[in-house]
Amino acid sequence: MTHRSETNNSITRSYNFSELMVAAAAREIRDGEVVFVGMRLPMLAFLVARRTHAPRAVGLFENGIIRETPSTKLLYTMGDPPNILGATQCGQMLDVMGLLQQGRVDVGFLGAAEIDRFGNLNTTWGHRDNEMQRLPGSGGACDIACLARRTVVLLAHDRGRLTDRVAHITSPGFGTGGDWRRSHGLPPASGPSAVITTLGVLRFGHDGEAYLASVHPGISVEEVLANTGWALRVAEELIETKPPAEAELNVMRELDPNHFWTR
Amino acid sequence: MTAESKVTSMREAIALHVPSGSMILLGAQLEQMIPFAAGHELIRQGRRDLTLVGPISDILFDQMIGAGCVSRVMAAWVGNVSAGVGYCYRRAVERNIPRRLEVVDYSNLTIALALHAGAMGVPFLPTYATLGSDLLKRNGNLREFSSPVSEETLVAVRALRPDVAILHVQRADAQGNAHMWGSLGVAVDGARASQKIIIVAEEIVEPAIISSDPNRTLIPGFLVSAVVHEPGGAHPSPVQGYGGRDHAFFREYHERSRRVEDFEEWLSHWVLQVTDRRDYWKQLGAARTDALAVKEHAFSAPADFGY
Repeated sequence: MTHRSETNNSITRSYNFSELMVAAAAREIRDGEVVFVGMRLPMLAFLVARRTHAPRAVGLFENGIIRETPSTKLLYTMGDPPNILGATQCGQMLDVMGLLQQGRVDVGFLGAAEIDRFGNLNTTWGHRDNEMQRLPGSGGACDIACLARRTVVLLAHDRGRLTDRVAHITSPGFGTGGDWRRSHGLPPASGPSAVITTLGVLRFGHDGEAYLASVHPGISVEEVLANTGWALRVAEELIETKPPAEAELNVMRELDPNHFWTR
Repeated sequence: MTAESKVTSMREAIALHVPSGSMILLGAQLEQMIPFAAGHELIRQGRRDLTLVGPISDILFDQMIGAGCVSRVMAAWVGNVSAGVGYCYRRAVERNIPRRLEVVDYSNLTIALALHAGAMGVPFLPTYATLGSDLLKRNGNLREFSSPVSEETLVAVRALRPDVAILHVQRADAQGNAHMWGSLGVAVDGARASQKIIIVAEEIVEPAIISSDPNRTLIPGFLVSAVVHEPGGAHPSPVQGYGGRDHAFFREYHERSRRVEDFEEWLSHWVLQVTDRRDYWKQLGAARTDALAVKEHAFSAPADFGY
């Protein structure tokens, strides 16, 4: 699926929705921030951010690796040898998890099989045709969701995945809203910040409920609402997601020339 | 006085130290240095009722579950890291194929903390992680408690003390003093938490090489029960400085484990019909093993321990 965007009468390069998601995710990283990097699209997002607007961002990996100069090789896992070579530090898992628990991780990226209106994530139990499907589980996702100052979630947008209430809270968002996180003992400055989907970007109100903050170019609000499993609120000042810039696309295509991750 | 060498074959090490019913730590270094050769030997020796402990196991847990060796998994993530779900894991949990599997779900932080508590010799350690999650509700080894020193609720993570940790490392001496580098994950705590340690090494070196760089000695030999010299024993996972990751092998496994019949064929071909790791390596073929060999060495600068 590719999309050609027309802005100011000039036609920019075509891109696909994965690339749009990577660019949007990269922009969630501010310069100098400490980032808990996941694999796949978030990994690319971290690399794009580092090479464009956030050259001083630091990447933490849950296997204990800290990197300030991202690997230029396409990684299939965070333990791939190119992710070790040139690392700032290769410590233990608890070293980076300790930084996370101290509140020193600004933003963590997560994927999910299911997310609900309060940003709770499920990666433990899926369902299809009324049959429960066992999914791989938390990994470090629950830890990041509990402890990172901001959590950014990436997933495909459909009714089955954006659901009113997740079947299993693997990684807590805002629970049932309000002061749920605080009452459960989670750190005060923490929780979901953005949900980047194939159709738009959701953010969260003070009550902890998600709202549609931006729609991707060529996508209508109706389409987003029809593909969301609850009555999604829409921002009064809804914007259009900015398409990937030339520089962002260049980084993505240099690192993932065969579109292994950005299909 | 020279201590007796602990170097033995994989067959002997598994036969002697890992009986059925054991709780085993595998895959402590996450995607690197996964002890596949040891796992395959456990399958060949027909172990049953194993409890597997590890943060994210990649496809080794899936294979052992599919082979019927496992009755319980205590892990944060079970699947195929670069390809997705683990089909044997799914079949076992959803349909008891080939047998019933109990799953105790952890997060990475909490499994690491459980092993750290084991390594520290205390019954539990506290964390904020998993508060509000269903992991906390369903895992009996995670318990909420009121902090005795602050007005807070935390989670007590019960210590884990596996019967045996199996760790693949770059090099060790005959006593099991082991140098390891790259992705460490929970290997150091996991080894110390365990009652026994089996070291699987790419190279067996003189003790002087190990003692020349004691900061890199992450496992002290006096804790080690057996040392196995098994180059390539972590394939298809990577070993920094010794071999790359065989991404295609993970992808192929994903396809060939989708249906139970195909998995059994895969298991027969890559595990049951294989006599040992040398045989396995031969079966991989020169084209494949050459492609995984280190192309460009990158040695660290030597550290001066003089005074």
